Amino acid sequence: MFDPDGPYRLSPNVSLRPERFGALAYHFGTRKLSFMKTPQLVEIVRELTRHPSARSAVSHLSGAEQTSYLKALASLAHAGMIVPA
Amino acid sequence: MNAPLKTSTANTSEVLPLVEQFKYGLDSPICLTWEWTYACNLSCAHCLSASGRRDPDELSTDEIKAVIDELERMQVFYVNVGGGEPTVRPDFWELVAYAVEHNVGIKFSTNGYRIDEEHARWLAATDYVDVQISLDGATPEVNDAVRGPGSYDTAMAAMANLYAAGMRGFKISVVMTSQNIDQLDEFKRIADGFEAQLRITRLRPSGRGADVWDELHPSAEQQWTIYRWLLDHGDEVLTGDSFFHLNALGSEPLPGLNLCGAGRVVCLIDPVGDVYACPFAIHDAFHGGNVREAGFGAVWWDSELFNELRQPQTGGACLSCSAYDACQGGCMAAKFFTGLPLDGPDPECVKGHGEAALAEVDAERTPRPAQDHSKPSAKQQQVLLGLPALRRPDRACDESPLAGMT
Repeated sequence: MFDPDGPYRLSPNVSLRPERFGALAYHFGTRKLSFMKTPQLVEIVRELTRHPSARSAVSHLSGAEQTSYLKALASLAHAGMIVPA
Repeated sequence: MNAPLKTSTANTSEVLPLVEQFKYGLDSPICLTWEWTYACNLSCAHCLSASGRRDPDELSTDEIKAVIDELERMQVFYVNVGGGEPTVRPDFWELVAYAVEHNVGIKFSTNGYRIDEEHARWLAATDYVDVQISLDGATPEVNDAVRGPGSYDTAMAAMANLYAAGMRGFKISVVMTSQNIDQLDEFKRIADGFEAQLRITRLRPSGRGADVWDELHPSAEQQWTIYRWLLDHGDEVLTGDSFFHLNALGSEPLPGLNLCGAGRVVCLIDPVGDVYACPFAIHDAFHGGNVREAGFGAVWWDSELFNELRQPQTGGACLSCSAYDACQGGCMAAKFFTGLPLDGPDPECVKGHGEAALAEVDAERTPRPAQDHSKPSAKQQQVLLGLPALRRPDRACDESPLAGMT
């Protein structure tokens, strides 16, 4: 369950591979791939540990963008790519 | 494409769909097919790499390890190892262990020949290793006619060993042919019985597959059967995205990427180190280079051919077809080895355009694979199919008066 007000970080089982559209995330435990479809999302994920919560990590964005990036983070959490810190 | 893409997407608005992003290629392949040997204990009638005999020039243990090191640097997270029968390499288990130690996961395709109890236990205990057992009939009769006598029992014994060792979710890989399409439910039952994952893929006219394609490729009616079955079961089976040409049959797209990934997302390294854009296209026309020259990355990034494949493709003769957006013109390898132009319809075009185009192809002039390691017994295997009279003519250069008789 994704809690936007909780702290998150990239799972230690996950490697990020930069791609021109953003990055490809691979989970060595579940062998699943996820696609981070914008460079901005990759940046937000890399910076997660600097923030007390997921919501704080997207606070610099406009309202509409915040909603869509929180949705993206929720889907990454669901796939186990990011985990509670 | 040859590999399962279990994907989820972290979607945001106003972003190009993934399939559009992939058309321009990735910095590293997602699923790389890597054949470790042309040697095989079997002589399957439809072998897409025309395997049988080992090639004396195959990559050595050290050469394979050097490529694995490079794949680790390129963050190629897993590769699909095949052949031939990869497990006949004496260094096979050593290489698998080396790859997983270097964060390059291995899924290997096997006919089950070397999956005894001991190896099954090792596989079950090793992370980042997955096994794919080939089975082309849900009964010995159907399977062995294509894969050779005893091959059904070998595969079933291997699966029993894996199951007993505690391996779960290993793959059972079925090439769909005119002979086994009515066994789809039975394949699913076999997979469920071993708590395994069923994977079905399309028969390609590649390698020896070209020799039996006329007899074994599904009829138009059977394509409907596959399509409907996939709509019902698509979430429970893997397809390597190989049936995207069937999307033109209906408005509901099949699960998957539905894109030809050749040179963009996938490619093949063959046993002698040659890199081809697609696992089903071992031919000079799709040859990007060799890993012995400057490594794998140099081919993936710099090959002229691969960069061409990453340009927007024109739909050619298909562009005026209402289904082009759904089928994307189908499979490049299937067109090529049946002698059709690459910007025209797929030979199994569900609108029937392929059939019409095939009627104009001179069968004697269709391209042959760049590598043929078939054992002489491979021809006997074709006869087992029971339709020798329908065989394609022997290749044009074969002048022996006994051609086709032995």
